[in-house]
Amino acid sequence: MADAARVRDPWGARTPYGPGEQWPVRVDTGGDPEADSWVPSASVLHSNGDAFDIGVRDGRITGVRGRAGDRVNRGRLDPKDVYGWRATASSDRLTRPLVRSGDRLVESDWETAMGRIVRRSRELLDGPGGWGRFGFYTSGQLLLEEYYTLGVLGKAGLGTPHMDGNTRLCTATAAAALKLSFGADGQPGSYTDVDHCDALALWGHNVAETQAVLWMRMLDRRRGVNPPAMLAVDPRDTPVTREADVHLALRPGTNLALVNGLLRLIIERGGADEGFVAAHTLGFDELRAVVDAYPLGKVAEICGLKPADLERAADLLGGSQRLLSTVLQGFYQSHQATAAACAVNNLHLVRGMIGRPGAGVLQMNGQPTAENTREAGADGDLPGFRNWENPRHVAELARLWNVGTARIPHWSPPTHAMQIWRYAEQGSIRLLWISATNPAVSLPDLARIRRVLAKPELFVVVQDIFRTETAEYADVVLPAAAWGEKTGTFTNADRTVHLTRKAVEPPGEARSDLAIFLDYARRMDFRDRDGGPLIPWQGPEEAYEAWQRCSAGRPCDYTSITYADLERGGIQWGGERLYSDGVFATDPDHCETYGQDLSTGAENTAEQYRAKNPGGRAFLLGAHWRPAPEVPSDEYPLHLVTGRTITQFHTRTKTGRVPELDDAAPFAWVELHPADAAERGIADGDQVRVESPRGAVRVVARLTGVRERVVFVPFHYAEQAANELTITAWDPVSRQPLFKVAAVRVTKEG
Amino acid sequence: MQLERYVGLLYRAQVALADAFRQVGAAHRDEPDVFFMCEQQAAVCDNHAGMLAVVTAAEPAARFGGPREELLRDLHDLYLMAAECDLCWTLVGQAAQGARDERLAGVVARAEGETSVQLAWLRTRMKQAAPQALVVAD
Repeated sequence: MADAARVRDPWGARTPYGPGEQWPVRVDTGGDPEADSWVPSASVLHSNGDAFDIGVRDGRITGVRGRAGDRVNRGRLDPKDVYGWRATASSDRLTRPLVRSGDRLVESDWETAMGRIVRRSRELLDGPGGWGRFGFYTSGQLLLEEYYTLGVLGKAGLGTPHMDGNTRLCTATAAAALKLSFGADGQPGSYTDVDHCDALALWGHNVAETQAVLWMRMLDRRRGVNPPAMLAVDPRDTPVTREADVHLALRPGTNLALVNGLLRLIIERGGADEGFVAAHTLGFDELRAVVDAYPLGKVAEICGLKPADLERAADLLGGSQRLLSTVLQGFYQSHQATAAACAVNNLHLVRGMIGRPGAGVLQMNGQPTAENTREAGADGDLPGFRNWENPRHVAELARLWNVGTARIPHWSPPTHAMQIWRYAEQGSIRLLWISATNPAVSLPDLARIRRVLAKPELFVVVQDIFRTETAEYADVVLPAAAWGEKTGTFTNADRTVHLTRKAVEPPGEARSDLAIFLDYARRMDFRDRDGGPLIPWQGPEEAYEAWQRCSAGRPCDYTSITYADLERGGIQWGGERLYSDGVFATDPDHCETYGQDLSTGAENTAEQYRAKNPGGRAFLLGAHWRPAPEVPSDEYPLHLVTGRTITQFHTRTKTGRVPELDDAAPFAWVELHPADAAERGIADGDQVRVESPRGAVRVVARLTGVRERVVFVPFHYAEQAANELTITAWDPVSRQPLFKVAAVRVTKEG
Repeated sequence: MQLERYVGLLYRAQVALADAFRQVGAAHRDEPDVFFMCEQQAAVCDNHAGMLAVVTAAEPAARFGGPREELLRDLHDLYLMAAECDLCWTLVGQAAQGARDERLAGVVARAEGETSVQLAWLRTRMKQAAPQALVVAD
């Protein structure tokens, strides 16, 4: 077994600090400390954006070293980064394009592979409604320059609205909630709010495992003088819930009732900042009417919590002067996801806890570069947080790209991931291009996804660094360069942009994703209105400069951040905190959305929005709780939630290839409460079968402190995929799938 | 007074709409968002009908004629039925004020906004479906 000290001690030694102090430096390293050269980079194995240098010797990566001066991690490394760089040099990397020959994939060359894609593309594009034949399903792991190029070739080249990323699974609700509450996407808070806060609230966010370095920062505050109070909302028993002063282990599917009830208590006890509410928000009376329907006893009953614990939580939240909230998948992957995430925004707006040091909201991201998928328009939204319903925003893009406005799909909402798959299932999408993601493991209801991928009339392109489960269904497989083998930028969950430089050559004939997209655009001969090339840029820095021009004047304005600046370390776009002047991005000419109804996703019209006269005020958005679409029954009496574990990422295409990480968690498991286990004659370590109405997995039982009648299965494992169990359903606003609302039964295997 | 007849009309329209939401949802189980939202909205209509039953005699309503199995046309039908309910709520609401019927006015105040949301959702979902259904699909 490989030595894995940092797997045994994931968060390392404490460096305590007090409020308002700078987080002390602690430089972590992985691999060989002796290198010929060090190349600046940051992590692509989680969304925290930890900066480090890649050590190179003899043309190979030999190790990593945290960057002491960087604002995000101050030298520290996540355990995945200590070891994960080794995956890049795996012997089973894709090195040549593959093309389908009957039921096999055979090695080929770029000319043949790209030729097949272009021939099929032209056939489809030349037919009526040709744009509607194309679907792009990308990732939260490419680079900004790659997403922007993909966005332009899709939107202004092919003219298709069918573009989304697997970010739909991890971060769509963050984006939706920020748009609805504040007018545009963009993280309001900053990681430095941890340095200043006097209270921390983690809403469905197991930060210790999802963003280990951010957790180190929180722990260091907790071990210093005047530590922040801490609330954790999570049905599981995790390092975060064990650290918290108040742990609300609520019944899954009740987040919205909880936050409504807490806000009612806070207002009742005088916690509202009336001056802030009057000056900077809209909708207080309507919100008040909604939350008044959630008295303490009712909320305790819905959520399965003790009234006294709810009161302690309300006191913690209502009594703080500098409150920092973080929100993640416990909220985003439940039903009423956007409504519940907006409810946390409501709480901060009502308390005036936004835009000041220590007072902020972090609607987190799951994947490393998800922020850029959102900004650059690779998720279907228009680039630069533009509003597809605002003709002036569309005209801006048409001018920038020098194409007619009719070319840019803006006639209906962008097609979200699950709908793209539905169109492919029905046969109206005929070419599906999947880059840097593995939907045959990561999407809900895998049996259905495999059926779609296997349809003979669907032409599937897979662009990846490994031959994934999804690649087996492809017509053409394109070998991509990995992190460390290409140059570009990406942005973390607190808007910090990092530059990652090419450190080593990609293996064999593998090419950067940017080079692949540019090659496709060139071969398709996409032209602007004057006959010039639609995409004139060549390398990453030129692509970045094109993106800077696109972002100018928008909330995510990159014009003041150059590659040269980024050489020195991470820089936040928009400054340290957004909305520090209390002016939100809700002006009708500036906003990214005219808003949606939280219960159905119904869109407001421009006229309805203008009539509200938001004028820079934020929206307080109330919604009533409803039961989840699937709840436990006699046949399936347990509530399944899925999630991550610290040493693994996504579907383990990288982390499963690194012995130190793989050894830590080589197989999936199910966490059970001891009482639920005893009822079924299950002991710790037993093989059990977890079964839902859709499928089953065999895993090992672990008895933990998870809430009774709730079980947890990690989602990373292809052979024991938690998504065999999950339902196909999504939040009506963010369209994020509901990975945390399935009903299952667990039985001991004979 | 004709108001009572109109309340009866609204009651029957709500019962028919609930039935139609259920039938359309069941016919489109492969569109999970449509299925779940139709179920949700059928329950909203049930609640409206229940509130109206307190103030008027509950009469049997016509059954929905059955879905066409074509998503856009089915949503289109639901929209027209919801529009009839929406119009009835407006008229009944006006009349309830004229009749100084506070109980009926209260029912209208609680329900009419929810019917507007149904219309907005149906319009949003149809806008999303129309280009692909009418221009691209065979």
